[in-house]
Amino acid sequence: MKKRLNTLLFLIAAFWFVGCHSSSTSEQQAAASTETPSASASTSTANPLDDKGIGPVQSVQLGPIQSELAKKGEAIFNEKCTACHRIESRYIGPALKGVTKRLAPEWIMNMILNPDVMIQQDPIAKQLVNESNGAVMANLHLSEDDARALLEYLRSIDDSSSSR
Amino acid sequence: MKPIIFSRPMTQVIPMLAGIIAMAGLLLASCQARRSSEAGAINAQEAAQRVYVAPGKYDEFYAFMSGGYSGQVSVYGLPSGRLFKIIPVFSQNPENGYGYSEETKPLLMTSYGFIPWDDAHHPELSQTNGVPDGRWLFINANNTPRVARIDLKTFETVETIEIPNSAGNHSSPFVTENTEYVVAGTRFSVPTPQQDVPIDSYKKNFKGVLSFIKVEPSGDMDLAFQVIMPGFDYDLAHAGKGKSKDWVFFTCYNSEEAHTLLEVNASQKDKDFVAAINWKKAEAYIQQGKYHQMPGTYYDNRFDTSTQTARSFVHKGVKVLIPAECPGLVYLIPAPKSPHGVDVDPSGNYIVANGKLNADLSVFSFDKMQQAIQQKQFDGEVNGIPVLKFDATLAGIVKSGGLGPLHTEFDDKGNAYTTFFISSEVVKWKLGTWQVEDRQPTFYSPGHLMIPGGDSRKPWGKYLVALNKITKDRYLPTGPELCQSAQLFDISGDKMKLLLDFPTVGEPHYAQAIPASILMPQSDKIYSLANNRNPYVTKTEKEARVVRNGRRIDVYMTEIRSHFVPDNIEGIHLGDTVYFHLTNLEQDWDAAHGFAVEGNRDNAELLLMPGQTKTLKWVPQRVGVFPFYCTDFCSALHQEMQGYIRVSAPAEQVALSWSTGKE
Ligand SMILES: [Cu+2]
Repeated sequence: MKKRLNTLLFLIAAFWFVGCHSSSTSEQQAAASTETPSASASTSTANPLDDKGIGPVQSVQLGPIQSELAKKGEAIFNEKCTACHRIESRYIGPALKGVTKRLAPEWIMNMILNPDVMIQQDPIAKQLVNESNGAVMANLHLSEDDARALLEYLRSIDDSSSSR
Repeated sequence: MKPIIFSRPMTQVIPMLAGIIAMAGLLLASCQARRSSEAGAINAQEAAQRVYVAPGKYDEFYAFMSGGYSGQVSVYGLPSGRLFKIIPVFSQNPENGYGYSEETKPLLMTSYGFIPWDDAHHPELSQTNGVPDGRWLFINANNTPRVARIDLKTFETVETIEIPNSAGNHSSPFVTENTEYVVAGTRFSVPTPQQDVPIDSYKKNFKGVLSFIKVEPSGDMDLAFQVIMPGFDYDLAHAGKGKSKDWVFFTCYNSEEAHTLLEVNASQKDKDFVAAINWKKAEAYIQQGKYHQMPGTYYDNRFDTSTQTARSFVHKGVKVLIPAECPGLVYLIPAPKSPHGVDVDPSGNYIVANGKLNADLSVFSFDKMQQAIQQKQFDGEVNGIPVLKFDATLAGIVKSGGLGPLHTEFDDKGNAYTTFFISSEVVKWKLGTWQVEDRQPTFYSPGHLMIPGGDSRKPWGKYLVALNKITKDRYLPTGPELCQSAQLFDISGDKMKLLLDFPTVGEPHYAQAIPASILMPQSDKIYSLANNRNPYVTKTEKEARVVRNGRRIDVYMTEIRSHFVPDNIEGIHLGDTVYFHLTNLEQDWDAAHGFAVEGNRDNAELLLMPGQTKTLKWVPQRVGVFPFYCTDFCSALHQEMQGYIRVSAPAEQVALSWSTGKE
């Protein structure tokens, strides 16, 4: 009994100290992320296109651009994303032109769907937050279908600009 | 007397001891009882283990505590005693702009106009089949009579309804078994309807009105009818349950009908009454048209969750029933002496009325009461209301040995627990045997007590919270004004065990608690932006704009981490009134933003949850350029979340313009 009490007191003390240094929110998010099906761990990735990010999207089948889907994506982009993003230029976050050439489609969708965990754990996302002076990507709770449409819209931009 | 768990230097105990000695021999018996009961206390380490909720872990129960004269409700976790939220109800709350935003101001409207404060007393959870169901929490305003409804998905006040012909709405807001009605009884009898009469015409002109508020399945409240009772003070109430579910019981004191120095004059008689009202009969009498229409203007203020805006509806007139014209509607049960609480056990058979100037508890039997009614065992009448014979309705008397019994709650094992204000203790006794099983001191002077579900058909009898009126010497002193306090007991065993002291906000008159497993899964995380129908919503930054209409300026402004659109506004002139309509574009849990602008004389800030729209009125007082900013630390760039509004002299030619960034 006495030993258990001592352990408890030690734990209280330990939490006290830990609490001073790290936020419990990040601890919880870290815990949450282990439950999320995560694609390949990305710490040692050399090619950014191999980083699929962390989130619900494991793999995306890409074909020719579906223009209807891209149009839906454009509408969502104009309504939801323009608070922080422009296509051609950096705004609050990075310019999105060329993003589908630079990063994996899974990564892009996971960044849209699971930004809280991505900015804590994914090396590329962490880097981007740094480049944006600490502005974080907001989780707008879009559906996977919405994220897929946004991806198609971004692909359509990169497709037309590269073919020009 | 020294509490076992929380020891303190002797010097702090001395003033308390002096007070106790002043109470002389009266208390000796209970002091001895306390000493013997210290065997039931546990050591500090064991108590700590029982109440310790580790970081990241959750409490077992939500407890809703009355905020008393703060006019609010506070939400605590049990067993930790941690404070989670303060829900503003009857008082403006600068912390989140309740009663300051244009959307919430109507919730504080009354027939007297806008009232920024009240005194909240009794939280009451809605029930289904006599069990708390987690839909709503009701609470009464004691000063300007009102009842409020809080939605337990959002933990926000969604309705306030005023009670006409009432004063000091104290015996309120207790619910019937399926939340068909919320009752509200007047503490102060007043001229009914109100009129200018001499105060000493009390016996002739003053009446006590008991109100029944119908609760629709949607939760909307309507004042259904009132019962005009003798000019007593109606103190507390509880509805029956099970076999007694058609009845509501009200205690009253001042059956002497005194109007001055009640301290003496309302304590003359040996017995006052419990008034038993059959609300099913009342419904039938209303349907038969046996009511009178009485004047009385009152407000019903409803918060529409789709527009996120409250609206006031003004009603005139109310249906009233007069007991003398409605046989079987009301009976009076004599109860000694100035009864305070009236509490019905989980079976619905026993009705406990505690005469606060009496040492014993009178327990009445619903079965015996029904029998007495059938056999007409009456002891005269008051204003045409039959008075039942005391002995014919009495089930038993609890010889408590304590002083100043106030309130009783129940566990799920056939036990009852009663607070004793004067002797500062909780006494546990058994239903049926009427024998005292245990007693524990509280620190000090408990009013109500609360067991989760303890006034329902299904108590979760693990914890008991005593709500104390006096806290001197229990905490670090904070000058003359001290916090109020609650004390948590473990009641799972034979003996009650004191586990924890924790401070409360305002005066914690009454409280209710419900398992976290009921409320947690239904708690909302955000307001859906897509479903936001506030007429002033701005759903995208592109729609942000400033509109002039004469002297009125409407600013349609958005917030998202970490900027406003627009954040530069010019072309405002002295003499204009500016309405900032803020929409938080975030859709992520806990991504709140605030809004405050310098020199706002009449209002506080806004605090906006994700997807919410709220409006702040601002009347510029000076020429200049004034900053506004986000008040809720929302992100790493929160300090950057700011903007300017320029105010020009009326004669200046400055065009209306707005922008964010340069593109
Ligand atoms: Cu902010």
